[in-house]
Amino acid sequence: MRGWLRQDGRKGIRNVLVVAYLVECAHHVARAVAERHEGGDVHMIGFPGCYPNDYAQMMMERLCCHPNVGAVLLVSLGCESFARGRLLEVVRASGRPASLLVIQDEGGTRSTVERGRAWVEATLPTLAAMPTTPMAPDELVVGTICGGSDGTSGLTANPAIGRAFDRLIGAGAAGIFEETGELIGCEGHMASRAATPELAAEIVATVEKAARYYTTLGHGSFAVGNADGGLTTQEEKSMGAYAKSGASPIVGLLKPGDQPVGSGLYLLDVVPDGEVRFGFPNISDNAEIVELIACGAHVILFSTGRGSVVGSAISPVIKVCANPDTFRRLPDDMDIDAGRILEGRADLDTVGAEIASLVEAVADGAPTCSEALGHQEFILTYKSFTPAGPSCLPARAR
Amino acid sequence: MSAQPVLLLAPEDNVLIAVLDLPAGRHVADGGREIVLRQAVPLGHKLARQSIPAGAKIIKYGASIGSATRDITEGDWVHLHNLASDYLATPTQSAREHPE
Repeated sequence: MRGWLRQDGRKGIRNVLVVAYLVECAHHVARAVAERHEGGDVHMIGFPGCYPNDYAQMMMERLCCHPNVGAVLLVSLGCESFARGRLLEVVRASGRPASLLVIQDEGGTRSTVERGRAWVEATLPTLAAMPTTPMAPDELVVGTICGGSDGTSGLTANPAIGRAFDRLIGAGAAGIFEETGELIGCEGHMASRAATPELAAEIVATVEKAARYYTTLGHGSFAVGNADGGLTTQEEKSMGAYAKSGASPIVGLLKPGDQPVGSGLYLLDVVPDGEVRFGFPNISDNAEIVELIACGAHVILFSTGRGSVVGSAISPVIKVCANPDTFRRLPDDMDIDAGRILEGRADLDTVGAEIASLVEAVADGAPTCSEALGHQEFILTYKSFTPAGPSCLPARAR
Repeated sequence: MSAQPVLLLAPEDNVLIAVLDLPAGRHVADGGREIVLRQAVPLGHKLARQSIPAGAKIIKYGASIGSATRDITEGDWVHLHNLASDYLATPTQSAREHPE
């Protein structure tokens, strides 16, 4: 594998130029700048809100300084409350080329788009000239998520991803799974896998928090399509989702934006702290993908039964298709056919090994199906968290 | 192709999983026994491996996935009509399309 070495010592498997809007009012200008390179290495991200939010500020800092990102153009309207100067300083301090355009100061839409396009054209050759360096499996951070689940997800793709996680973590990688609201009913089992008793208690508490949160909302993470596919209850879906974590010990509990401390398996807590505010924790799969990426994930393993087609800005998404009928219906969108397991054409270990090899190939530059199709979804909404306590990352506390 | 149309995920489970769409009346093997499907069971859905009284836990992956809401007979399709979460109610399309 090869990667781009960043100033903080991390390596990226892509070298993306990010165009980031800092309020919805700057979205069109950002899109007009980025769309010339649609499907290429210019990705658009952004935060739509006008009112200040510490979580969104932190997330944008982590995302703009993600190892897969080589340069950043910030687009602000001017009167929104996002701390754009602070974000610009953070990105510049990370050693990346960065620029800020404020539409109200640049003379409006047309001139801001022109300046933005000029900056992108001038910066892309700099990125293309950056040298790569060898990258080892123990420098990889891999995230996993499931979306568009059905009754086959928990039988094929999720346990196969679990086997791949075991292999990748065995080779020294960090693996991150989520989300606590989809793990209601698995807390006792997860606690038994925790590296320390204090971490076990944190895991149980975080699932209890998720259950309270979803109960207040009156709705779990269960979508109506899940039931059509044969899943009946939240805890049934949870057990199937949980299989993605494999069999490694759980060495840490992260909140969005926290970075893994070395190799091993981490649980990501995506449910906000405190009273219920701002609505659903994650309004769609891409919100979770963005949080995994903010934790440093270079690549995402996405398990789907019904057939999600999404990719993401910043990090490639590998689609592992659980259902053989879905794979036949959406072949261009699926990287791995895990449904072969149901038809007796492969076993879990074979598919797990195939997924782990594909992670290395993608880390070495091979495009995933969603990358090749130009998928670069991104969504970031309001949340609030308190920092994780010291028992959540025993390796850092030592 | 797989010889068996159903999967047993853990030995203590009281449901089997259909790995293809199975019609009512189909006979499926469960170890040395045969179970006759009382209704059609679509791919990925569950069928009862044994009779399960109302209130008893449904076990899949060796873990409880909720409780039976009525008496279930061996060979029954197990889904929203006879199984409910012990944690959170399951939203359904018909409830969304036809609110009270």
